[in-house]
Amino acid sequence: MANNHYDAIVVGSGISGGWAAKELTEKGLKVLLLERGRNIEHVKDYKNATKEVWDYPHRNRPTQQMKEDHPVLKRDFVLNEETQGMWANEQENPYVEEKRFDWYRGYHVGGRSLLWGRHSYRLSPLDFTANEREGIAIDWPIRYEDMAPWYDYVERFAGISGTREGLPHLPDGQFLPPIELNCVEKDVAARIKKSYGGKRHLINARVANITQPKPEQGRVNCQYRNKCWLGCPFGAYFSTQSSTLPAAMKTGNLTLRPFSIVSQVLYDKDKKRARGVEVIDAETNETYEFTADIIFLNASSFNSTWILMNSATDIWPGGLGSSSGELGHNVMDHHFRCGAGGEIEGYMDKYYFGRRPAGFYIPRFRNLGDERRNYVRGFGYQGSASRQGWDRNVAELGVGAELKQSLSEPGKWTIGMTAFGEMLPHHDNRIYLDSKVKDKWGLPVLAMNVEIRQNEIDMRKDMTQDAIEILEAGGATNVSGSDWGYSPGMGIHEMGTARMGRDPKTSVLNGFNQVWDAPNVFVTDGACMTSASCVNPSLTYMALTARAVDHAVKELQKRNL
Amino acid sequence: MNRRDLLKLITAATGTALIGGNALLAGCTTQNNKPQLSFTDEDVRLLDEVAEVILPRTDTPGAKDAEVGAFMRVFVTDCYTAEEQAVFHAGLVQLRERCQSELGENFMALTGEQRQSLLQALDAEAKAQVAAGGSHYFTMIKQLTLFGFFTSEVGGTQVLRHIAIPGRYEGCMPYEEGDRAWATR
Repeated sequence: MANNHYDAIVVGSGISGGWAAKELTEKGLKVLLLERGRNIEHVKDYKNATKEVWDYPHRNRPTQQMKEDHPVLKRDFVLNEETQGMWANEQENPYVEEKRFDWYRGYHVGGRSLLWGRHSYRLSPLDFTANEREGIAIDWPIRYEDMAPWYDYVERFAGISGTREGLPHLPDGQFLPPIELNCVEKDVAARIKKSYGGKRHLINARVANITQPKPEQGRVNCQYRNKCWLGCPFGAYFSTQSSTLPAAMKTGNLTLRPFSIVSQVLYDKDKKRARGVEVIDAETNETYEFTADIIFLNASSFNSTWILMNSATDIWPGGLGSSSGELGHNVMDHHFRCGAGGEIEGYMDKYYFGRRPAGFYIPRFRNLGDERRNYVRGFGYQGSASRQGWDRNVAELGVGAELKQSLSEPGKWTIGMTAFGEMLPHHDNRIYLDSKVKDKWGLPVLAMNVEIRQNEIDMRKDMTQDAIEILEAGGATNVSGSDWGYSPGMGIHEMGTARMGRDPKTSVLNGFNQVWDAPNVFVTDGACMTSASCVNPSLTYMALTARAVDHAVKELQKRNL
Repeated sequence: MNRRDLLKLITAATGTALIGGNALLAGCTTQNNKPQLSFTDEDVRLLDEVAEVILPRTDTPGAKDAEVGAFMRVFVTDCYTAEEQAVFHAGLVQLRERCQSELGENFMALTGEQRQSLLQALDAEAKAQVAAGGSHYFTMIKQLTLFGFFTSEVGGTQVLRHIAIPGRYEGCMPYEEGDRAWATR
């Protein structure tokens, strides 16, 4: 077992795990990066990256067999031919839905960094103080000022395109030039600005798609194919494969081990430190031990918590980090699927060239300043305008040449957007181990008990109504809005369950993401979130990870870990 | 497909969502089913001819050039539920019977004009049924013709426009009536 010791172990190779591996190896540590699924090599293994819709037998639609194989995935839009095999096998990896929970998991090297939406916004000063100000849950142990330099740092490396807007509640960052709005979106933006006296803004989405090359990382700028989810042969969007993994590999300090399911953190009760992890080889079922001075859990929000729940149970029945009574609690997601769509008259002499990987963003505008709605927090919108394609309804045309000619030309301009709302941390929204149900490897699985509550339900009314109002103010006609229904997990932004805090009695992690009960264990994925904000969270995980690594290595040098 | 596209699908207001497409509604469930019905080669030829009336070859390729009949066989067999498949196959029987009872011929023997007027009538009936909250097998055939054609390589590159690697984005390009639409947004 002599070769099984490393300076650091990182569990999980998604967005935050990739960052942990990069930062730790660049600081000179020998790192073992463990990934439960198979390897996917950059470019080489992007098997569908250059396929077109006609290359798929069912033109990218799910078959009945696929629906049968994926009883969770089939509930929403992600089940299709082009990303088949990129989501966790539901038969091998079951979970229990005490209440419906749609869990979208990427069990392979890169995790969901290959499958993310790439919208990248900073949490604002308002977000970090919201819990304290409103007396909800517990206070974040950090403030925006603690995070700002780390946001700068990760944005420069990842490459975020966007515009500087000077909005206090959506802080600007280190941006590459934005992905352009089209002419309709620009005019709608101007009308919205005028209608709301500069209080509401339609801006370019800020996304981790690079608009200038990054030759030092071997990355080419976006080619506007809009096929990000298939893996980008140009490395034009941030993923573990395109960005952090090559950087970590370049140091010569990284060992990547796929098919490695971490079943528990090994805890030394005398030293009150973790000494390593236990790994089940997913292919051979053999068990291994790997030891390290520090451990980063980046297995995705719920799976990092699952590992903690399954660790040190001889000391704490609820697992490592459960002494606060908060492990597994305070699940959050972004509740969405409220929005509106409409038509924009005119612009029939205008079209666009290229397929954008992003559209526009309308930052939060509710409950800012002195405004007090019947709910707290807020929501933002993501959307785009485009001309209708062949799939529009041409009611007046029946069959024949005229129908074909008509559908071969673009139709009217339409615009649509959907809201992403903040979900409050609630103690009773929780996950827990259900040892009656086992996965393929005989490990107990998670059970989910999460629901949206009155604050979210009240917010959803505004999310729909405001969308209608804003689009009308922007000049859209035939606007219709809807709440298409939401179940927790659908946002694919699951957060919480091992929150950061100031007090070991009420939080699982301290202000540097260290487990209070084992300070050489760091959790820097979505599990650590104390509140959810309404912005897409991945950029924050990146910044928190880089910050935690910096702290970890300093502490290691001081022999504090 | 991303979340923006999802919204477009929902708001597209295309009468009925694509049958056999993704489940778009929360909690939508599909019955476990195994295909019990299969297509004969003659069925495929019939579907090709029907599709060709819906989207005929003009100065650009038509449905037959894109082998839409063969696509329908694959899509209906693999993507439709057992109930939907039953409706589709019953529809083929009804279509054949109607040709015989109204025109005394099978579809293949009809003139172009006869085919056109028969399918125009079916299209009108289907629209009326759907508008009244019902369903009609011709909706399935027409949907699959449009879907199968415009997502084919022939339809996507010779009737619509497609550039595999655009390399840039221009948000405000001049458009003249008659210019073809992009195959994908």
